Amino acid sequence: MRGLAELAAKAGSRDDENAVLGLDLSQAEQFYQQMVLIRYAEERLLDLFSTGALNGTTHTSIGQEANAVGVINALDRSLDTVWSHHRCHGHFIAYSGQVASLFAEVMGRTLGVCRGRGGSQHLCYRNFYSNGIQGGIAPLAVGSALGDRAKGAVTVVFIGDGTTGEGALYESLNMAAVWNVPVLFVLEDNGIAQTTPKELTLAGALDRRAEPFGIRSFAYDGADVMDIHALASDAVRYVRHESRPAWLYIRTERIGPHSKGDDTRSPERIAAARARDPLPILRSRVANAADIESRCMAIVDSAVSLAQQAPIARG
Amino acid sequence: MRVVESLNSALLDLMTCDQRVVLLGEDVLDPYGGAFKVTKGASDRFPDRVWTTPISEGGIVGVANGLAIKGWRPIVEIMFGDFTTLAFDQILNHAAKFAWMYDDQVTVPLVVRTPMGGRRGYGPTHSQSLEKHFCGIPGVAVYAVHQYGSPGTLLREAAARDQPSVFIENKVLYARPVEAVEALPNPPSPDVVILAYGGCVEVAVAAAKLLREEEIAARVVPVTRLWPFPEEEIRLAVGPCRHVLSVEEGAPGWGFAAQCALALVNKGVSFAHIAGPDHPIPSSAAWEADLLPSPQGVFRAVESLLGGAQAI
Ligand SMILES: Cc1ncc(C[n+]2csc(CCOP(=O)(O)OP(=O)(O)O)c2C)c(N)n1
Repeated sequence: MRGLAELAAKAGSRDDENAVLGLDLSQAEQFYQQMVLIRYAEERLLDLFSTGALNGTTHTSIGQEANAVGVINALDRSLDTVWSHHRCHGHFIAYSGQVASLFAEVMGRTLGVCRGRGGSQHLCYRNFYSNGIQGGIAPLAVGSALGDRAKGAVTVVFIGDGTTGEGALYESLNMAAVWNVPVLFVLEDNGIAQTTPKELTLAGALDRRAEPFGIRSFAYDGADVMDIHALASDAVRYVRHESRPAWLYIRTERIGPHSKGDDTRSPERIAAARARDPLPILRSRVANAADIESRCMAIVDSAVSLAQQAPIARG
Repeated sequence: MRVVESLNSALLDLMTCDQRVVLLGEDVLDPYGGAFKVTKGASDRFPDRVWTTPISEGGIVGVANGLAIKGWRPIVEIMFGDFTTLAFDQILNHAAKFAWMYDDQVTVPLVVRTPMGGRRGYGPTHSQSLEKHFCGIPGVAVYAVHQYGSPGTLLREAAARDQPSVFIENKVLYARPVEAVEALPNPPSPDVVILAYGGCVEVAVAAAKLLREEEIAARVVPVTRLWPFPEEEIRLAVGPCRHVLSVEEGAPGWGFAAQCALALVNKGVSFAHIAGPDHPIPSSAAWEADLLPSPQGVFRAVESLLGGAQAI
């Protein structure tokens, strides 16, 4: 077994991070690389679960990668803060490029980003935080945005359509608006919460949820990461320069199951979700897609092997 | 000086000495200064660091958690202790868990201050003593102030922690004068030790006076740190005394009495306890007085304890 310091250095040095995120590539290549990396990493997680190599649960964002990549690349990673939830791997990878320490975290290894304490939905890395209580992160995002307002920083908080059922969200919208807090609420509406279609539980329009609070709304229906990035950049610029909250609504599709094998949707419904896969949309516009894909596969392979070599966390 | 002034001046000092201390709460702005006046003068002196908030207890504790993670040191006032239930998720699932589950990459120096308790006629939703529900949460410290010694110093201790604290102020105490620790009955070889916290400390002190008239020597041990529970401190305070009574205002069960008994188990001590009623607190002053621990009630409990209870 290799020394932990060496593993950690491999998993998390600044240079690696830039390369993993493709920060020196053209924008289309960079976004494609990040989306493919998220996709491959999450498919691998599901594989590892199905072979019994992983414990607990995991929620993948397969189909929603363009949201994570489009929004997070509109931020200043060294200044801004991101809050995410149970479905956080995509947001996390787009923010951090820390693939090995994500795998290690989900595997409960000491190399994990929280040394194996948090697991899949409780990640923390620099200014990135996730937690598994729906809606609970919304006031935290208001607080972190308020706390860093004088630095010119922005906080982004991701929520799903189902989470609009939580009261904490509305308390947060109110405080964000009344106190001029630079926080961007990003609603990824995949139309379903676990097994429950939104029509069964949610009244009113989700794209305009924040408008009665005097919060400016941005809305998009589609899976083109370039469009999402452009819109998110507008929203982030507004939040930062006006020091006002904003609401970014993205109509999206969850291609994978809620967590591991629990998909109660009809085959037709899943096929409709697949038809809005963001990866092929961008692939056709990237010249060296195959190179990027093999690079991502290599990153995931090496991340899994690094994680597997790390000791199991137990106290 | 009264308890409210001791707390108020500690709060203002904390804000003066540390620019990172911020205050959030409902109706905390001057000239009102909070429903019980503990925050009086804060917004006049530090307008940028005091937020009067919407009626969103969960939301404001959440905002405070976010501020705490970013290096601020928030103190939140929850207007009545009964409303802390609305912030329970933020305390238990967020503030308390972050440091551990994020492998100490963050600290959450949050203080939630709140008045608890009855005897003011506010009725079932404004009179409870809910602190036991916050005791036993890993990572959260729970304090209960009383008037002997320095209430403000206890608040400073809570505010100095880098992890969340819940700070309980029994609401009858605000108007009480601060008294010296030496005023607590502390005979050298007591017949009984009375363990109490918050608003029940003065009840125990009054009971000790009644007992002295019957030539029963009672030591009153006020507990200010409810969690983590100071077991060793309690064993030392009980010393060789074989009779111990615990007094609390909250509903009986899974509370202070059980924790005191655990600290004394196998020490050959006869133990009894008094608590509030096993139902909500009524508004009627007379009925409240019947239900909540009283000097006479404590007196009678000590008499029967000395009359032959079993050792735990
Ligand atoms: C407070 C709370 N209630 C319930 C859950 C269980 N749960 C986890 S994810 C989820 C569905 C969330 O749906 P949505 O917000 O639409 O996000 P999505 O899963 O679609 O990304 C539920 C009910 C939880 N984690 N927290």
